[in-house]
Amino acid sequence: MKCRVCREKAVIQVRRHNANFCRPHFIDHVRRQVERTIADYRMIRSGDRLLLGVSGGKDSLALWDILTELGYRVDGVYLHLGIGDYSSDSLRLSQAFAAERDLHLRVVDLPEEYGFSVPEAARASRRNACSACGLSKRYILNRVAVDGGYDTLVMGHNLDDEAATLFSNVLQWNLEYLARQHPVLPASDGLAKKIKPLIRVAERETAAYAVLSGIEYEVEECPMVAGNTINRYKEWLNRLEEESPGIKAQFLKGFLDRGSKAFRDGTAPELVPCETCGSPTTGKVCAFCRLRDVTVVDLRRRESA
Amino acid sequence: MKVILRQPRREIELEGVRRVSDLLRRLDVVAESVLVIRGDELLTVDEPLAEDDVVELRPVISGGGS
Repeated sequence: MKCRVCREKAVIQVRRHNANFCRPHFIDHVRRQVERTIADYRMIRSGDRLLLGVSGGKDSLALWDILTELGYRVDGVYLHLGIGDYSSDSLRLSQAFAAERDLHLRVVDLPEEYGFSVPEAARASRRNACSACGLSKRYILNRVAVDGGYDTLVMGHNLDDEAATLFSNVLQWNLEYLARQHPVLPASDGLAKKIKPLIRVAERETAAYAVLSGIEYEVEECPMVAGNTINRYKEWLNRLEEESPGIKAQFLKGFLDRGSKAFRDGTAPELVPCETCGSPTTGKVCAFCRLRDVTVVDLRRRESA
Repeated sequence: MKVILRQPRREIELEGVRRVSDLLRRLDVVAESVLVIRGDELLTVDEPLAEDDVVELRPVISGGGS
């Protein structure tokens, strides 16, 4: 296979673009995709203070590299979830990445600052671990962005993440989630603006970008993720993609271009401050404070037993 | 040839694999779900493989999600 641009030997095939690329032209291609996404959705205004959610995985580290190369100054925030070696390993990789490039990484330690880990929260609340983790991440990353005076929280969700989430929301006709699934969520009371500049880059491409750019990232999977539904949907969508290259991108783009506004009308619930922490919520006490309460009570009960 | 699998990391030996596409078919892996890595290079599906190659099959699906 030959590179579409220079006819040198290709290192990656991107079937949905009907194109193969050599290393430098692939890296350039991915950066252009992100640059176009930022422009098309008017994600960033000049002078915006940007905070990126960093996990130590391929997506967040690749995105940090891409945004930096595109000339943006971006700080990172790493949330230590208290998942054994997996958490300490991803933290080490995130810190090494930031140090090498002289970037600023904030670290929030969930067990130290909030009194519980993700495995403890999952056990106490009988949620699955990914749900307790997602809830904690959304809450804390937003808090760090708002309290730190950042204009925008940048997330590394890629094309596959968004397509699988959309698939899941459609299977369950979750109208509230469908109304909120968008690559740009504007700021509102207590919520930072949130953007997802990787939505046009497939998961395989962010991984390839990381490998080809020499980015060392966490390759092993989180030990709590086994059997996760979203990951299973991704595998199914990849089987479809193999038969029909471009179907994932078409599914997501069609929704964003034509479908999503039908779900946005009139479904947005009113947000009020949480009675415990003041963060915006639809109920009296927000989901994070409820998770925290039940976990802390459970931990105390176990300690005294 | 030696194939390194991940999540968790382990190694298997395979014989008579001629190309990356054969390797994926033998292991019932979809090309879209993995990177095939030899040393510091990424391999496309048409790349020929040799008996003494060491190839890593690195899954790209990650993240979970709720």
